[in-house]
Amino acid sequence: MADELQVIEEARPEEIIARGYTFGTVTDQIAAVVLSKHTPIFWFACFAVAIGLLLGFLLAVGALFTQGLGVWGLRGPTMWAWDITNFVWWVGIGHAGTLISAILLLLNQSWRNSINRFAEAMTIFAVACAGMFPILHLGRPWLMFWLFPYPNTMGIEPNFRSPLVWDVFAVSTYATVSALFWFVGLMPDLGTLRDRATNPLLKVLYGVGAMGWRGSARHWAVYETASLLLAGLATPLVLSVHTVVSFDFTVGIVPGWHSTFFPPYFVAGAIYSGFAMVLALAIPLRSVYNLKGLITDKHLDNAAKVMMATGLIVGYSYILEAFAAWYGGNVYEMAAFWNRMTGPYKVQYWVLITCNVVAPNALWFKKFRSSPVILFIWSLIVLVGMWLERFVIIVASLAQDNLPSSWRVFESTRWDWLTYLGTIGLFTFLFFLFVRLLPMISIFEVRTLLPSAKVKGKGAH
Amino acid sequence: MSDSPKQLDLAAVRARLDGARGREYWRSLDDLAATPEFQDLLEREFPRQAVGWSEDEDANEGRRNFLKLMGASLALAGMTACTRQPTEHIMPYVRQPEDLIPGRPLFFATATTLNGVARGVLAESHEGRPTKLEGNPEHPATLGACDAYSQASVLQLYDPDRSQALSFNGEIRSWQSFMGAMRDTLAQQQAKNGAGIRILTETITSPTMAAQLAAIQKLYPAAKWHQWEPTGPHGARVASVLAFGQPQNTYYDFTHANVVVSLDADFLSSGPASLRYARQFAKRRRVHEPSDSMNRLYVVEPMPTPTGTKADHRLPMRASDVEEFAHALGAALGIGEAPKGGDKEHTKWIPAIAKDLQANQGASIVIAGEHQPPVVHLLAALINDKLGNAGKTVFHTDPIEAHPVDQLNSLKELVADLDAGAVEMLVILGGNPAFNAPVEMGMRDRLKKAKLRIRLGMYVDETSEVCQWQVPETHFLEGWGDARAFDGTVTIQQPLIQPLYGGRAPVQLLQSFIEQVDRSSYEIVKGYWATQHTGTDFEAWWRRSVHDGIVAGTALPVKTPAVHAEGLVAGSAKGAEGKLEVVFRPDPTIHDGRHANNGWLQELPKPITKLTWDNAAILSPATASRLGVQTGDQLKLTYEGRSLTAPVFIQPGHVKESITLHLGYGRTAAGRAGNGMGFNPYGLRTAKALWQDVGLDAAKSSGSHEFASTQNFHMLEAPDRRHIIHKATIAEFKKNPEAPHEGAETPPKELTLYPDWEYKDYAWGMAIDLNSCTGCGACVVACQAENNIAVVGKDQVRRGRAMHWLRVDSYYQGDENDPAIYNQPVPCMQCENAPCELVCPVQATAHSSEGLNDMVYNRCVGTRYCSNNCPYKVRRFNFFLFSDFETPSLKLVRNPDVTVRSRGVMEKCTYCVQRINSAKIDSEKQDRKVRDGEIQTACQATCPAEAIVFGNINDKNSLVSKLKANERNYGLLADLNTRPRTTYLASLRNPNPEIEA
Repeated sequence: MADELQVIEEARPEEIIARGYTFGTVTDQIAAVVLSKHTPIFWFACFAVAIGLLLGFLLAVGALFTQGLGVWGLRGPTMWAWDITNFVWWVGIGHAGTLISAILLLLNQSWRNSINRFAEAMTIFAVACAGMFPILHLGRPWLMFWLFPYPNTMGIEPNFRSPLVWDVFAVSTYATVSALFWFVGLMPDLGTLRDRATNPLLKVLYGVGAMGWRGSARHWAVYETASLLLAGLATPLVLSVHTVVSFDFTVGIVPGWHSTFFPPYFVAGAIYSGFAMVLALAIPLRSVYNLKGLITDKHLDNAAKVMMATGLIVGYSYILEAFAAWYGGNVYEMAAFWNRMTGPYKVQYWVLITCNVVAPNALWFKKFRSSPVILFIWSLIVLVGMWLERFVIIVASLAQDNLPSSWRVFESTRWDWLTYLGTIGLFTFLFFLFVRLLPMISIFEVRTLLPSAKVKGKGAH
Repeated sequence: MSDSPKQLDLAAVRARLDGARGREYWRSLDDLAATPEFQDLLEREFPRQAVGWSEDEDANEGRRNFLKLMGASLALAGMTACTRQPTEHIMPYVRQPEDLIPGRPLFFATATTLNGVARGVLAESHEGRPTKLEGNPEHPATLGACDAYSQASVLQLYDPDRSQALSFNGEIRSWQSFMGAMRDTLAQQQAKNGAGIRILTETITSPTMAAQLAAIQKLYPAAKWHQWEPTGPHGARVASVLAFGQPQNTYYDFTHANVVVSLDADFLSSGPASLRYARQFAKRRRVHEPSDSMNRLYVVEPMPTPTGTKADHRLPMRASDVEEFAHALGAALGIGEAPKGGDKEHTKWIPAIAKDLQANQGASIVIAGEHQPPVVHLLAALINDKLGNAGKTVFHTDPIEAHPVDQLNSLKELVADLDAGAVEMLVILGGNPAFNAPVEMGMRDRLKKAKLRIRLGMYVDETSEVCQWQVPETHFLEGWGDARAFDGTVTIQQPLIQPLYGGRAPVQLLQSFIEQVDRSSYEIVKGYWATQHTGTDFEAWWRRSVHDGIVAGTALPVKTPAVHAEGLVAGSAKGAEGKLEVVFRPDPTIHDGRHANNGWLQELPKPITKLTWDNAAILSPATASRLGVQTGDQLKLTYEGRSLTAPVFIQPGHVKESITLHLGYGRTAAGRAGNGMGFNPYGLRTAKALWQDVGLDAAKSSGSHEFASTQNFHMLEAPDRRHIIHKATIAEFKKNPEAPHEGAETPPKELTLYPDWEYKDYAWGMAIDLNSCTGCGACVVACQAENNIAVVGKDQVRRGRAMHWLRVDSYYQGDENDPAIYNQPVPCMQCENAPCELVCPVQATAHSSEGLNDMVYNRCVGTRYCSNNCPYKVRRFNFFLFSDFETPSLKLVRNPDVTVRSRGVMEKCTYCVQRINSAKIDSEKQDRKVRDGEIQTACQATCPAEAIVFGNINDKNSLVSKLKANERNYGLLADLNTRPRTTYLASLRNPNPEIEA
């Protein structure tokens, strides 16, 4: 195996897979990450940090549940702050995975094949993190099932006019479809792992996961159909979920929230932060696991381009927001925007402008796009910027709304920090478990990228 | 005991007391049997009171019993606290008390006192628990309104920190042993004509106590009665002797006053008749038609007060310069001489004001503030006399106080006697002299010079700490008493509940001087009035008097005494140049410190400053910038060689070069709520400067302080594009009734996708007249009492989590050193297009068939989206378990008609839906509609200015409908198309055209 790997050349900038790979070597390399007994130090280090943060998260949730929401910095009038910021941020991050796996699939962007698996996993874990906040942030979280329409003796339904109920449907649908799509896509690879595993327990476990996948032509035909159908289902979700999330704000009459352009603005922002997270994960992973031949600079370049494009849309939205506030002539909107730029949250605002509007323009230059280190740093900048964007939209708007008598500046507490960092811990924990236990790159899809797969003609699936 | 020069004295006292106790301990039954008390005890078949157990037994038994009772009450009260509830048997009354229908409250007339003067109230009793006070509509001082102190006094009744046991040097004793000690001392004093007896009280208007004190004086001719109350009309008492030759009581009638000049008098929100004055004053500002007239108010004052916010012309002025202003005003009206070289800035309005007053002879009032020196009161009396106001708007009667003395002198005499060692027995009824006497007297240590110190007090406070005997005092809802109102009208204070902690009423303690029989407060008070009433129908008369809450015909007759101008001395010595002025004022919520342990009052945002749980060195923006300080910085204040450190609070409208300190904070033995809050300005307050003096030095000190304020300072934009406060001058309004609303928009009703609501029967609405509201805050406490609103504490208020359903916003307009101030009470707007209803995912807030935005606590999961979407920010969230489910006594104060909210749910103003439903049930039983005015929300009922009107807006003849049809009516943030049910009537000012140049 090792000998074969040496013949693989370094990927050229325009290549999405390095030359020299064969069906066998692709399978070997990806499966080896999972089946090998050797676990890199990098993995242990990250996993330890993740577990530490996860324990912190459990502590924070414990404090939250035993004492009440007051442990967070929430206060009138900022009844939402880090909780919903984190929710929107995590949901947004998830979007890149669905975009890569569904939309790029339908658009026949075959380069996605090497990154879609872990991007999808990222989606699911991000949605898991996001999905916790609507529950954690409730005053009485044990009653969260009241948000679902279930038959009950009280004869009472959720309020279907409330965007929070739409959120429940949007996010739960999104989580379901994403999980299904991811699992369906995993089945052929689980079959591969089952066949390759030597440990009997693993054989059984992967076997169960593979659900009897044998790779027959019929299986492949059904798989292709299912995959396309799920892609078709997931595609509108990429647009709808964050649209619905943005409704939480646009439906509200809070100045700074009440705008019609929030849906596209939020979707763009979601993909923007999602691609940043893809880069932030892919760049270290491909180095550690020596996957530069499969996740090539071309992938990073493409992701960076998407990131920049969506970043520009986000920047345009900011300009539009300011323009609408001014052009609308609404005194509250104007004041809200002015306060955002000059008020107590001006630091956060200008940092987010720097991160989200100024920084991505560096990606016009190929030099920046071709440097993984720079891209990694840039992706972190974008993630910070997008978190701040949601924070400023939520907190700055609420803190200074219609009646000046109620204005008050939000102050976070250590529990806010611990909860947020805790979800990062949870995400990292899940992601590193995934990296260790499941093939992080889709083996069979990458195989279709090989020249040897193209005998039947280009683009066949 | 650390004070060594006095060791001998103390040792002697101790030895004597030890001896006394020893003898009592060993006293045989035969000894006892010889005493009349024992005979009396034997004659009693049943104890007359539930508290009888303690004096029927000896000290050991008493203590054991006390513990038993404590345990039992804890267990009883704890029953509802646990999730696992013990068996409770619900049994009907064997003999149902008359008129008592379980679930329906009963109301009893009684009175609260402020500086000894009565304010008549009706106490609401739920199955024997007083839960809330309302004003007594028949009482002249309240006219049905209620102030914040009275509203909060029910919480004091149930305060778990109250003094709960009679004690001697901290050890629990029985009433019997206390009486024994009293008797022994009195027996010794009898021989000396009572030369060693000193009684220190606060201001007393009670006829019963006056008679008791007179009787004591007769029995012990050499005994002395001293009075000290740190606040109150000290200046007016001295001035009345100056002006009339003898003490006089003065009160006013604002109904016929077209022009009012307030010389640092906050007559709308402090003082014993403020509720009446506020009502009368508001009536003269209720402009319904452009043709209606309006009175005009000039105010000169250092610190903005509720009265100052209502002024048509307010001149910020150092408190010590008011005298100069009064002289100038007097001179302009032909009284006395104008001060020479007066400050031009101060006298610029004088000609215009004088002209205005002269044009309204007999229909004007010049009122001097309680805290102004006698000469200002004298000038005011002379001016009123000259203008012919006496008998028309200003009334004089004989004093209402039992013995009006210069209390400062009275206290000084006591100090002299203490120093001379002449005080052998000092009885302190109420008050807190160790805390609040002038600082140079060092009362805390001086009191120890009295040999036997007996304290009757509701709390074991700073004074109790230096007294040997601490006798728990009854709350006025626990014991009988009486008191006079501002015009002399007597109210019999009737209790609604047995003393919770076996307290004694002040009349009982005084009675123990007179006779050896232990009488109940009821016997004493009724006994006194039996001697006063002539005629055979005493029982009927007594019942009528107790029932009505006023004793008919006790108002003192109005006199028209001649005013003497001899006492008038021109000009005053100005304080040291270049120094700041220090102004001491009672705190707007905790008064002189007596309410320091009252969570409702502590958390009530103080009018104007909106501070809670704190006092501050309040100063003007200009002075702050001169001193280089910001709000929250620490200032070291030095006056007469004493200094303290106080946090700065910058108050727009405060006069320059002056610092206001509110008294009452810095308590060390107030209780759990009051200890350690704020700083103690009594530490600077000397007899020379009870209220104000120039000579304060201030220097920035290190450290900073975070205030717990419910509202940050907000200057209205100019122009006010949010149209929060609609306002105009009366002249503008007369010219164009739309003037207050200029520029404000209300979108058409149809501008919504949802169909209009249909209200078949009732549609509740509220109108708040900004022209009447003084911003006193009584409504906020009334709402808190009515709706079981939790107290959250200083830290949570700092975090913006105060729970008040109703708040009073303050807005400023104009120059920050002399702004116009507007108050705006903000309850829930109960919008027709309610933003909150739309966004609640679980329908926990829903539109009722009568137009209320109902909040269903049980359904609320706490997403807080409703609060975010509420443009008025009237929703309050239970971030923690704010309601106290643990303290047994605090459960008794709850209104049983209102849910006690738990953690994690949203709450807000309901328009007192429990009152609505109660009235609707009544009306349905009688097959009629609810009458207009039948339902009064808690805030409305308490409002002295009648600024809040609630009713059915479906009924076009209801008062609220008429107000809403008024041209001044507007909706707050109406341009958002929320269509609020609570609307406001625009604020109007009536400036003098000669000044407004």
